[in-house]
Amino acid sequence: MIAYKFDYKVANSIEEAFSMLSSAGDAGSFISGGHSLVPAMKLRLAEPETLIDISKIPGMSGVAIEDGFITIGGLVTHAEVASSYIIKESCPGLAECAGVIGDAQVRNKGTIGGNVAHADPGSDYPGALIAFGATICLSSSEGSREIAAENFFTGLFDTAKEQGEIVTAVKVPVASSSAYAKFPNPASRYAVVGVGVALNMENSTCQSIIIGVTGAADHAYRAKESESILNGSELEENNIEKAASAVSESKEMMNDLVASADYRTHLCGVMLKRAIAKAKYRS
Amino acid sequence: MSFTINLTVNGVNYNDVIDTRVLLVDYLREKLELTGTHVGCDTSSCGSCTIHLDGKAMKSCTMFAVQADGADITTIEGMCQNGELHPLQEGFKEEHGLQCGFCTPGMIMTAADLLKNNSKPSEEEIRCGLDGNFCRCTGYQNIVKAVQYAADKS
Repeated sequence: MIAYKFDYKVANSIEEAFSMLSSAGDAGSFISGGHSLVPAMKLRLAEPETLIDISKIPGMSGVAIEDGFITIGGLVTHAEVASSYIIKESCPGLAECAGVIGDAQVRNKGTIGGNVAHADPGSDYPGALIAFGATICLSSSEGSREIAAENFFTGLFDTAKEQGEIVTAVKVPVASSSAYAKFPNPASRYAVVGVGVALNMENSTCQSIIIGVTGAADHAYRAKESESILNGSELEENNIEKAASAVSESKEMMNDLVASADYRTHLCGVMLKRAIAKAKYRS
Repeated sequence: MSFTINLTVNGVNYNDVIDTRVLLVDYLREKLELTGTHVGCDTSSCGSCTIHLDGKAMKSCTMFAVQADGADITTIEGMCQNGELHPLQEGFKEEHGLQCGFCTPGMIMTAADLLKNNSKPSEEEIRCGLDGNFCRCTGYQNIVKAVQYAADKS
């Protein structure tokens, strides 16, 4: 498995990255950790003529918290998210999600920016980021913009990101009662189904719940039908059962060698119940 | 297309002009002839290609060698110091942690990273930590014992 030939350039600043990409044109691609792109290049599913390494650009590798938002630089690895004291404290579901991506070696190399830009349907972050109300921060030579995670993932390996944009950061609001539950593919550890839940309980009533689902359909989505069943409820067993059977919504479930569409529908409900139980325990 | 890389492997500095599409594992095995790092699945699942890059365990089949420009790499050949086996190498020997030995270099490199971050891991932590390394011979029991041996020794 040898990739097509490509030219390799290293950007030392974001401006340099944009200028390198503009010289390379449509055949140019950014690379950070490369744990999504390199496998695709080895299979010759991706064939960039110019690879622009953005992993050494300063200022995109930190985690900070300010005014109720955690900002995670695009180059932050999954291992760093999983072990970040700030994230474990302020959005435990996100640290939990990062800690179950792939395996230890993959988490040491893969980055949050590359992960969301690639938008693999079995990727863990998208479901969690939708649930936790995250915002994806994008920059290009034209300027910067922000887009809600809920609107960012648009299709199979497809996002609202335009060619030439870099995911510079992901912003996540503080959500102490957050959780993520997944059923991993036993070989690759991709999510067969993963469900993220952000819960806001007052006394014993669910004031609000946001549910993000990944792995099930061709892209991650927000399960609003289940949310509306649970909003205002006391998360009684019958309501959770109803929400669990609605979580696959009318989405077309993926059907492949790993799991049938019916099995994925079933897993959606089970993972939702597990995520709610964990989030409730943290509330 | 070529690119010049400068990196340190097991304490030795190398400067090489390489084809950009050469994988790090192929550079280590074929150019530097460090064949202790194995290629199993070639799809970042099995972990037999695990090396340390700047002190962290990574899968060298899922990186181009050019991405390691400037890095400090340790392979299984760099684990033995002054003729003394690394405690993990000794553990695999003492606890019969291998049969065919194909996965062993990757197991040791991943376990070394695990022990660096958690010097006294529980059995469950060892099993979770080695999640990205497959062994098709042993059933993992003696691999876990080998890691426990090394943890107890250090």
